[in-house]
Amino acid sequence: MLVLSGIAIIVIGFALGINPLLVVTLAAFASAMAAGHGPVEVIGMIGKAFVDGRFLAVAWLALPTIGLLERAGLRDHARALVRRLRGATTGRVLLGYLALRQLTASLGLTSLGGHVQMVRPIVAPMAEGAAERDGEAPDEDTRELIRANAAAVDNIGLFFGEDVFIAIGSILLIRAVLEQNGITVAPLHVAIWAIPTAISAFLIHGARLLLLDRRLRKRAA
Amino acid sequence: MIGLDAIGAVAGLLPAAVAIHHAMHRTTPGWWRSASFWALFAASLIAGPWLPDVANGVIVLAMVALATAGLRPAPVPTTSDAERAASAGRLGSRLFLPALCIPVVTLAGTLLIPDGRIAGHALIDPKQVTLVSLAAGAIVALGFAIRLTRAPRAAPAAEARRLTDAIGWTMILPQMLAALGGIFAVANVGKWIAAGVTSVMPLDTPAVAAVAYCLGMALFTIVMGNAFAAFPIMTAGIGLPFIIHQFGGDPAPVAALGMLSGFCGTLMTPMAANFNIVPVAALELRDKHGVIRVQIPTALALLAVNIAILTFLVLPGTHR
Repeated sequence: MLVLSGIAIIVIGFALGINPLLVVTLAAFASAMAAGHGPVEVIGMIGKAFVDGRFLAVAWLALPTIGLLERAGLRDHARALVRRLRGATTGRVLLGYLALRQLTASLGLTSLGGHVQMVRPIVAPMAEGAAERDGEAPDEDTRELIRANAAAVDNIGLFFGEDVFIAIGSILLIRAVLEQNGITVAPLHVAIWAIPTAISAFLIHGARLLLLDRRLRKRAA
Repeated sequence: MIGLDAIGAVAGLLPAAVAIHHAMHRTTPGWWRSASFWALFAASLIAGPWLPDVANGVIVLAMVALATAGLRPAPVPTTSDAERAASAGRLGSRLFLPALCIPVVTLAGTLLIPDGRIAGHALIDPKQVTLVSLAAGAIVALGFAIRLTRAPRAAPAAEARRLTDAIGWTMILPQMLAALGGIFAVANVGKWIAAGVTSVMPLDTPAVAAVAYCLGMALFTIVMGNAFAAFPIMTAGIGLPFIIHQFGGDPAPVAALGMLSGFCGTLMTPMAANFNIVPVAALELRDKHGVIRVQIPTALALLAVNIAILTFLVLPGTHR
């Protein structure tokens, strides 16, 4: 039961707004020590697991390129491009990106996207540009809302697109877990059952994006 | 063969360059905080596989201490609004090309060299082809961006530092959470949660079992930050014994809907730092949970959709 203390620390720590790195470290110590591991052993466990996860750092290699392009006006250009488009609204721009992200992910092209490579330099400025077109720039809170929505679209498009592709990690994991229990499933059979949820995701989130347009219009008025 | 160690070493070049930039431009007395933090991260990525586990752990704890105390980076000068507007007018949509170069090279590498063999030679670890392609794409894109924008020699490192400082210590959070997930697994946290869910809900009808499985997947993913960690445990605890064996659910759709319910959980948790906290830093939002707040209504609606599909489409025909 004490091994659950790590979860309690996470919940309390995040709720109090304590630095997440510190919270996660304390939670790791609490759960591992409750499971009978000594402090030095836990430091070693954290070190090994951190190094094992170093592949996660590869995505940051895009930063110098994105920085240089921003320096040369990429975000300004993306914003201006959308401002010139007739009929472009924040919701429609994001709806288009949702469709693109879901479709490409469902073909296994999950690397076409991402917050650092696509949302920050291109999608978010376009969504902001669409809100700027009727004259003045939106206020800080509104821009923040638009950016948060741009990030959310990237996540939702990815999650509910990729599972339709038969060779994606989640389907391989499903196969492996069922296989361990003596059940063999065809990847295609699993992938087909991801389609109803994928369509629902597009309809539900798409409707919310169009409602976002209404909300932005009210704010601007 | 190019594998995880080489990829880590290349990834380590970024924080190494940022650390050197901080050490060479000491505009504030606190310059050493950022310089040491990024130097430690670089050391972990480059030398980590050869260091003892405890040494790696000490590096991590030192980074956590620096981050908790605050990195306080000094701002780096970049171009002005007017300079950017002029440059955007000159370069136009060509500015998109280097950014698109990264996914294009990643895809091309993944599709063209799936087994890691180039001209018959096993050059790349087949399991790491996508990551190697991603790193290669980033390098090609950087060269392209330098030529296209005719950037001064100092600009790539300065710009890398500007964005790295903006994202800050959030950059190591995904790896920390992955480490925590591993420790939770060793400490058997999952078994306790599965036992908790099954003891609270009487799983005697297909509908209740469907709710317990989907809700359990979402809740457990919220705690672990990762649907992949939740899936084996919830499936062994509820999916297999109750939904598949007792109520005769078809395994493929049951598992698919369980996983998708986990993804709904991922949308609602700060523990999924990669998806929900990193963009807050990358887009410089003030509200730490701004992205999660936007995602919660969609996540809850889709969770209800998954439960409905499992109950009405997957279970009824099979158990009667």
